[in-house]
Amino acid sequence: MEIKKEYAVQMHGITKRFGSFYALDGVNLDVEKGTIHSLLGENGAGKSTLMNILYGLYQADEGEIYLNGELAAIKNPNIAISHGIGMVHQHFMLVDNFTVTQNIILGKEPVRAGGILDMKKAREHVRRIVEKYGLQVDPDAKIEDISVGMQQRVEILKALYRGADLLILDEPTAVLTPQEIDELIRIMHNLVADGKTIIIITHKLKEIKASSDFCTVIRRGKGIGTVSVQDVSEEELASKMVGRSVRLAVEKTPAQPGHTALELDRVTVAGSRGVDAVTELSLQVRKGEIVGIAGVDGNGQKELVEAITCLARCKSGMIRINGAEVQNTTPRNVVDHKISTIHEDRQRRGLVLNFTVAENAVLEKYREKPFQKHGVLDRGRILSFANELIQEYDVRPEDCAQQPVRGLSGGNQQKVIIAREVANEPDVLIAVQPTRGLDVGAIEYVHRALVRERDRGRAILLISLELDEVLHVSDRIAVLYNGQIVGEFQQEEADEKTIGLLMAGGKRYAENG
Amino acid sequence: MQKTVKLLRKPITSTVIAILFGFLVASVVLLAAGYNPAEAFGALFNGVFSKPKYLSNVMIKAAPITLTAVSVAFAYRAGLFNIGAEGQYIVGAIASTLVGYLLHLPAILQVPLVILSGMAAGALYGGLIGLLKARFGIHEVLTSIMLNWVALYLSNFVVQSKTFHQPNSTATYPVQQSSYTMLLPNWKLSDEGLAFLRQHKWLSEILLKTDVNFGFLAAVVAALLIWFLLYRSVKGFEFRAVGSNHAAAELSGIPVKRNMVQAMLIAGALSGLAAAMVITGTNPHRISTLAAFENNGFNGLSVAFIAGSSPIGCIFAGLLFGGLLYGGQSIQAEVGAPTEVINIMIGTIVFFVALTRIVPALADRLERRGIRHAE
Amino acid sequence: MLNDLSLLIGITLMYSAPLIFGALGGVISERAGVINLGIEGMMTIGAFAGAAVGFYSQNPWLGLLAAGAAGGGMALLHAVASVTFHADQTISGIALNLIGPGLALFICRLYFDGATMTQPVAHKLPKILGDNQFNSVTQNINVDVTVPLALVAMLILWFVLYKTKWGLRIWAVGEHPAAADTMGIHVRGTRYICVILSGILAGFGGASMTLAVIPQFTPVAISGQGFIALAAVIFGKWTPHGAYGACLLFGFAQALTVFLGGGKAPVPSEILAMLPYLLTILVLVLFVGRSAAPKADGEPYEKGVR
Repeated sequence: MEIKKEYAVQMHGITKRFGSFYALDGVNLDVEKGTIHSLLGENGAGKSTLMNILYGLYQADEGEIYLNGELAAIKNPNIAISHGIGMVHQHFMLVDNFTVTQNIILGKEPVRAGGILDMKKAREHVRRIVEKYGLQVDPDAKIEDISVGMQQRVEILKALYRGADLLILDEPTAVLTPQEIDELIRIMHNLVADGKTIIIITHKLKEIKASSDFCTVIRRGKGIGTVSVQDVSEEELASKMVGRSVRLAVEKTPAQPGHTALELDRVTVAGSRGVDAVTELSLQVRKGEIVGIAGVDGNGQKELVEAITCLARCKSGMIRINGAEVQNTTPRNVVDHKISTIHEDRQRRGLVLNFTVAENAVLEKYREKPFQKHGVLDRGRILSFANELIQEYDVRPEDCAQQPVRGLSGGNQQKVIIAREVANEPDVLIAVQPTRGLDVGAIEYVHRALVRERDRGRAILLISLELDEVLHVSDRIAVLYNGQIVGEFQQEEADEKTIGLLMAGGKRYAENG
Repeated sequence: MQKTVKLLRKPITSTVIAILFGFLVASVVLLAAGYNPAEAFGALFNGVFSKPKYLSNVMIKAAPITLTAVSVAFAYRAGLFNIGAEGQYIVGAIASTLVGYLLHLPAILQVPLVILSGMAAGALYGGLIGLLKARFGIHEVLTSIMLNWVALYLSNFVVQSKTFHQPNSTATYPVQQSSYTMLLPNWKLSDEGLAFLRQHKWLSEILLKTDVNFGFLAAVVAALLIWFLLYRSVKGFEFRAVGSNHAAAELSGIPVKRNMVQAMLIAGALSGLAAAMVITGTNPHRISTLAAFENNGFNGLSVAFIAGSSPIGCIFAGLLFGGLLYGGQSIQAEVGAPTEVINIMIGTIVFFVALTRIVPALADRLERRGIRHAE
Repeated sequence: MLNDLSLLIGITLMYSAPLIFGALGGVISERAGVINLGIEGMMTIGAFAGAAVGFYSQNPWLGLLAAGAAGGGMALLHAVASVTFHADQTISGIALNLIGPGLALFICRLYFDGATMTQPVAHKLPKILGDNQFNSVTQNINVDVTVPLALVAMLILWFVLYKTKWGLRIWAVGEHPAAADTMGIHVRGTRYICVILSGILAGFGGASMTLAVIPQFTPVAISGQGFIALAAVIFGKWTPHGAYGACLLFGFAQALTVFLGGGKAPVPSEILAMLPYLLTILVLVLFVGRSAAPKADGEPYEKGVR
């Protein structure tokens, strides 16, 4: 292979083992200066690992890295930064209770004599970069008070502040509205026009088409090849990524809704900062339909779920399940009223990681017969019940019933949760971000499970930050903005543009004025 | 390879490694101070094993710290750090002393009532900690520290009070004899008993020269019951779920706060039981003025950690700890080395228990490597 | 009146000085994300080292330095366990509370003829107004030099944490170590330094008991101050000034106990002695509620693990 100055980055034969597992196996990557280059692959394919090596967070076991035609040894992020590499991580690396400026200067602080911070200089410097690239943020706002889109801009600013010429963006669009994504792509083009080079890690085909010049595909640790984006279709990219052809849409028949199972009537929930997070929200979910809530993170999704599950109090309004009021009772009462929740935070809310798979399988049923008798657990029954679920939902490894659920992969953990919640035979199933962090195969599985449960007459409320997921799976779509439903659509009449606009607080739905 | 992995995965392996390090560090300290470690440890083992009465005394010493350890281990499983076992022990001692002194019932009623009063007092004191956490969100470590001191002064207040203070002493009146929980307290002093014991040297040494009592038996029974409660019962399922992940427990409908209070009630009762067994089972059967903490609760903390918070493990760790405490006295008597070397040793063991959490992690890594090689 | 008031102030300051050092130690360690339950053990070893070196060298300042070194040495153990080996920080701290007093008494017996207390030092740390005060008011407020030193230590720590780049970095390491790491900040190094500093401060705290409040080390010289200091850390919401205030409050409650104990109130002394502790709980119930610990407090940091 040829080493050229025109390439900002050339990574050759990169191999990385964790134990004896090959996370990367001889991967090549050549990125031309002044281009936007996508790195495409499923979850766990190794694309983040490759970029973490480039950024010095990991060391490659084999292979070389050339920057601008010169061999570079990147032993830690400091060296990467000194080479002009900046990285925006998927999970933002921001200190919540710091200001924007404090986050940006951290590690490279302008100081006066004696290490005393020169905040005035810092603020000026930040303001200068903000203006140069049109990245609108308030330098003095605290991170916890600003939107996710703005937090992302802070991350980009952090890299630019350190003089980055090469920006690595890890899944940058996962949490943005369609409009924010457009804005990000605009910023990226601004940066490239200024001579910067950008690598984006993603599994979203549409955005690759919209933003990138080149795309390198990685599958299970191996490089599949690099293509010029304008020469290939989305479907071709998808099959390269997965190694087989995939259906992008979810197959289902039209919904046949029955009576209303879950009803929210002018519900108001307080937020953490003194402002109401959910305001006078009304919504109905009927049996046999999937209602999807579209919205940008932080618009009241969390509080809405907490109110329905009685983890948080409603300030006013009513929540009825099959006509019975449940608001401001207890989570147990909600469970007893046959609501099941697939929570977005698997590891914190969904599972007791130290418990075995069997114990997690009965987390809601342990006190029911036949799992207990006179206050003593019937461990045999619990085990056979768990094994049934493991069989039915194909949880791997199949002999995991007595192992801690901590040891399972993310996809299998999610299967345990779904199996448990569905086995409750709920009237209402709430699924919050049910496919977060799963690979394509597991995502298909979860979507099919939701449709199957719908067809068995359950009322399903799907809350997701992935607009595509909401659009594909739901029968009815409600848009959540600023704690209110600002629009409702049948699936067939929903179009991405309108919904995206509503998600961003654009024009209100006609009926609401 | 497989064998190594299995061995490393066992919790006992970590503990044994920690104990070895304890002896190692103690040896270094002794050597540095100019003592022969072999002699010192020889004295230690003689002080524990050479006479039946020593063994009996080790068990007597081990009983209360095993019980407070079970208290701490149980609370730990339920997600609470019960550094307040010390205070719960103290109030348990106060209550059982007062009840044992004031009541004059036949033993069959007196003993249960005295023990129950100690447990109840401990339970209420522990429950208060749980309540303050559940209701006001105050960290249990904070309230525990404060309430330990309050208990200490409360105990001294009772000792000094007109009603209970025994003149010309630094203690209260002892409990009535009908409260005693020694093994055969009356028979062993009767003519018949003495005659029998003259025939059985070994038994007579234990029975006559030590306060051999039901304390350790109570500790073993309590440990077994707590194990059953935690791992076999519906209630224990809730405690463990709340302890491992209260957020998930909450969503699944388990009442987190109620379980917090209940767990602290039980933990407190166990510490109270420890005190009640000491008051009823060993001389001087009363409480005395406390200049500082007696460490019955704090030692329980160490024992529970050495036991890896396993209730059954507490029995063995309690015996180890009791043996070290009791046998450690002979180090000073026979070799002249300061007995505090035992504290250093115990501290070192606990320190390495904290460190050897990495041993099972190491086993995981070894195993993963092994599996991939096999593939 | 003026006499009473000055007495109250004097005792408050005297009792709070050791606590303040201990609490500042707690603040800096936990700010960097390491829970330090071993403050008590570090204070004890500091108390002994201070008194012993003060006695043999006849120089209390050397004693103070030795105390800091001894506390820092203990803290190094905690740092190795919790930072390098990802040990359970609670258990490691508890272990130090066993090792600290054990080691102090062991060495004490070796150097002081088998006794568990040192000989009184010839010179204590000086008082702020010098030795010869005859006016009872100035006598009352003639506190040990450790009192202004504690104030200075608080001010320095406050300044470092809020106004310097090191403070910004410590803060980041305690809140979001992964973020700090990606910005090229040495997370482990920072934590090591903070934990060791915490031990040095705790050592000073111990010595300000045995070189100022009393002139020697005894087995009960440090009995619970380390834990009270920890309570002050939480109570003071993990800030230097907050912890300082909490220690003063506790010292004041102690002073009130001493003050009322002189037969001035018809309450038994044991009940009075409970006052500081009950008051602390009451204040917590009334004012604090759920507290705001550093987000990564107590969590070991491993590269590449989220």
